[in-house]
Amino acid sequence: MAKFTKKKKGELPPVSTASLPDIVFMLLFFFMTVTTMKDSELKVINELPYADQVQKLDKKDRIIYIYAGKPHERYRATYGSAAKVQLNDQLRDVKDVGAYILEERAGRRPEIQNVLTTALKVDKETNMGLISDIKQQLRDVNALKINYTTRVGEASQN
Amino acid sequence: MAKRAIPEVNAGSMADIAFLLLIFFLVTTTIETDSGINRKLPPAEDQVDPPIIKQKNIFQVVVNKNGQLLVEEQPMELKDLREAAMKFLDNGGGTGTDACSYCKGAKDPESSDNPTKAIISLQNDRETKYGTYIAVQNELVAAYNDLRNRYTLAKYPNANMNYVQMQEEYDDPQTEENVKDRLKKMLDDIKEAYPQKLSEAEPNKTN
Repeated sequence: MAKFTKKKKGELPPVSTASLPDIVFMLLFFFMTVTTMKDSELKVINELPYADQVQKLDKKDRIIYIYAGKPHERYRATYGSAAKVQLNDQLRDVKDVGAYILEERAGRRPEIQNVLTTALKVDKETNMGLISDIKQQLRDVNALKINYTTRVGEASQN
Repeated sequence: MAKRAIPEVNAGSMADIAFLLLIFFLVTTTIETDSGINRKLPPAEDQVDPPIIKQKNIFQVVVNKNGQLLVEEQPMELKDLREAAMKFLDNGGGTGTDACSYCKGAKDPESSDNPTKAIISLQNDRETKYGTYIAVQNELVAAYNDLRNRYTLAKYPNANMNYVQMQEEYDDPQTEENVKDRLKKMLDDIKEAYPQKLSEAEPNKTN
């Protein structure tokens, strides 16, 4: 009936590509689950300091991010070289922080509106004056839970 | 059927290759989670009548604009700060109602009465670098964590974990509710024994 052994010598058999889609899909799913979406482009230099007594941050929907640091070279012409605050994807002044927090808070679900944490991602070369001003703004709008986001490592490297 | 002369290549090993890739990526990539030092800011309204605190219960840390430390009016290296802070917090020099039963410090009457009364005051200059500030904060938090760890191991030896591990498990969203309740009770007790009283003064504007 069936002829299983009908080989011709010297001819290369075609490589089966049947499982290629599976591999590609697997890779795709892998990257989909592992990577996190970047929601805003960084316009400031943002080299975080090191600390080793750290706690993990809460769930992502409960966090408001504030970036601060010197603007990147390509924005220096418009914004100058002094340290700035980045809210969402705009470089702003410190005095806009309060309004931004209120706006962000209003956009969250009502049940988590009073458990929000503000994560400060500040470049380690920034002067404390700017951070104090940010903290003052946060106190004014009663956003008292803050987190100094750091990288994990020896604090003596700062 | 008869015309197909060449049998297909065995694709069974494709799965192995795919798994190899999967494992390679799993091992080499790290899933980034944000972490940092949690802090609570004081409320905006100024206290009308600030409570009177004894000078000996305040541990003053000043960071100047060059990142140098002045602790209790003495210059200090960053690496010695943790030990100095622990010595101050754990002193337990109080008597009577202020006595501290779990302190293992020197009981120096010139230093803090009780960990529940001891306050660390951190003052920085407007030109202090943020990195230095975080390093100082880190050392002070480490001092509290070390003391809390010691207290936890002494008081809850059956829990088989120290304070930091407990807090981590409590914060983990996968921990079950009944475990969380049990942990919360212990954590509250630990935090009452060694409350984190870290006051951040307004930065110095003059110099």
